[in-house]
Amino acid sequence: MIQVEGLSKIYRVAEKQPGLAGTLRHFIRRRTRDVTAVQDVSFRIEPGEMVGFLGANGAGKTTTLKMLCGLIHPSAGEVQVAGHRPQRRQAEFLRRITLVMGQKQQLLWDLPPMDSLRVNAAVYGIPDAVARRRIKELADLLELGEELTRPVRKLSLGQRMKAELLAALLHEPEVLFLDEPTLGLDVNAQARVRQFLAEYNRRTGATVLLTSHYMADITALCPRVLLIHQGRLFHDGPLEALADQLAPEREVRLELESPVSADDLAGLGRLEQLEGCDVRLLVPRDQLTAVVAQLLDRFPVRDLDVTDPPIEELIGGLFRQGRV
Amino acid sequence: MRIFGLNRRIIRVLLGSQYAHMLEYRAEIALWALSGVLPFIMLSVWSGSDARSGLGLDGVALDRYFLSAFLVRQFSVVWVVYAFEEDALLGRLSPYLLQPLHPLWRYVAAHLGEQLTRLPFAALIAAVFFAVRPQAFWLPSLGGFLLAWLATWLAFAIAFLFQSLIAALCFWSEKASALERLQFIPFLFLSGLLAPLTAFPPVLRVLAQWTPFPYLIDFPARILAGQPVDLLAGFGAQLAWIALLLPLVLLLWRAGVRRYSAMGA
Repeated sequence: MIQVEGLSKIYRVAEKQPGLAGTLRHFIRRRTRDVTAVQDVSFRIEPGEMVGFLGANGAGKTTTLKMLCGLIHPSAGEVQVAGHRPQRRQAEFLRRITLVMGQKQQLLWDLPPMDSLRVNAAVYGIPDAVARRRIKELADLLELGEELTRPVRKLSLGQRMKAELLAALLHEPEVLFLDEPTLGLDVNAQARVRQFLAEYNRRTGATVLLTSHYMADITALCPRVLLIHQGRLFHDGPLEALADQLAPEREVRLELESPVSADDLAGLGRLEQLEGCDVRLLVPRDQLTAVVAQLLDRFPVRDLDVTDPPIEELIGGLFRQGRV
Repeated sequence: MRIFGLNRRIIRVLLGSQYAHMLEYRAEIALWALSGVLPFIMLSVWSGSDARSGLGLDGVALDRYFLSAFLVRQFSVVWVVYAFEEDALLGRLSPYLLQPLHPLWRYVAAHLGEQLTRLPFAALIAAVFFAVRPQAFWLPSLGGFLLAWLATWLAFAIAFLFQSLIAALCFWSEKASALERLQFIPFLFLSGLLAPLTAFPPVLRVLAQWTPFPYLIDFPARILAGQPVDLLAGFGAQLAWIALLLPLVLLLWRAGVRRYSAMGA
């Protein structure tokens, strides 16, 4: 479904020194430099696969996604998606794909999502009856009801994201490019979106390429992951192999009743942060239960939260340690 | 069947949604309508001036000309460059580029929705004008009204294409709207908003007729006001400008999208 061979993207960016002198120099003699965002990336994704695309900020994930859906022309290499060259953006190709960007929206801000859905149905040539059926099915899956008839500006971030997903999937695309679809959502909304994507993939057999900062998104949805760093592809394979490398530790955040010292926390994992009553520890997965029990036993805990550390931190650590 | 990516259903749904969208901004649009009273200000300036005789229009004809200029302006105002610039900067353009419909159609629909929202406010202002100057009241013939309506639509098309040409420069410069401001002064003088073209010296009048500006206000306003006008030459010029601008817009747009794609969306 997706074939990428030797894909590269080089941007030319302007360079300007700060201050008035820098501005004047930039005005008289504009300096630019080439920045390689993606370098010689190759992979294949089969129909129906759900693939996670991992990388720190600026690693080249979004640039790659944009080249795959045709928004950006590659500087070098070949891309085929659903049998089309994306950069030609033929209508037939556009009907078969969708791109969802967590922070960019296509819904009309002042109108209910239903109005935008009607426009999308017309633009994609979906008959009214089919559109109504699909909207109902997708809305049920996403647990959207009367939100579809409320102005978008009145919806919560989670409701808006779900409505965006509905709008992006109304034409039943075969290929989904999802760029941080759960960014900024609360834990419940994230879980709901994840369930929805898994169900959509199961029902339609759509191919999904997903970037996310949340490890939970990737572990829940993607048996296979691509790891990109500084524009190069470093890993293409099963998630388990990478997950052990990526996140051997979990993050424990504590809010205590009273301040403690670093010595008090010795032997309870790696201390990442200690500011008054706020503590952040990294604890090996196999010791997590025991360490949490000890923490609750030894300290007056006001709040405790266990999460995976942010992906860029994990990936950064991985590269710093030379493990990739 | 789709023509330029459009079919009847898309037109109906796009217009409906954009009209509903614009109705949310009705208070703002009412103020925009009110802010377009420049022709009335110019009417009062000309009415009190000795130079009025040079216009070749008597009191009532002058009233009707400036009211017509106001109405034509109300339904040919174009702001695509500002909307497009904002969409490009905020990244809203990307989803539009990934749909099988040329993004410019959305802006056309938004303008038409805005015109429909503006209609009652423009009518109200016209009613107030007639209440103040009852001697100027007139009803154009059906034929005259339809011709004026057509000329106003063509004026809108020219203005839209002209500004889309500038908007497409947003692909190269993020602040292409500055260029739009540059053409505002010649538009103001040569379109007939400040004075009918008959007020201009003959040389300037001939020069103006080689620009698109007189066909944006003066020509449709004269038809609406029932004043003598060369219909064939006027409509011919309007169509010629559209025939010139349309391929330019499409070409520049295509080149711009290629550049946008090359630089990163």
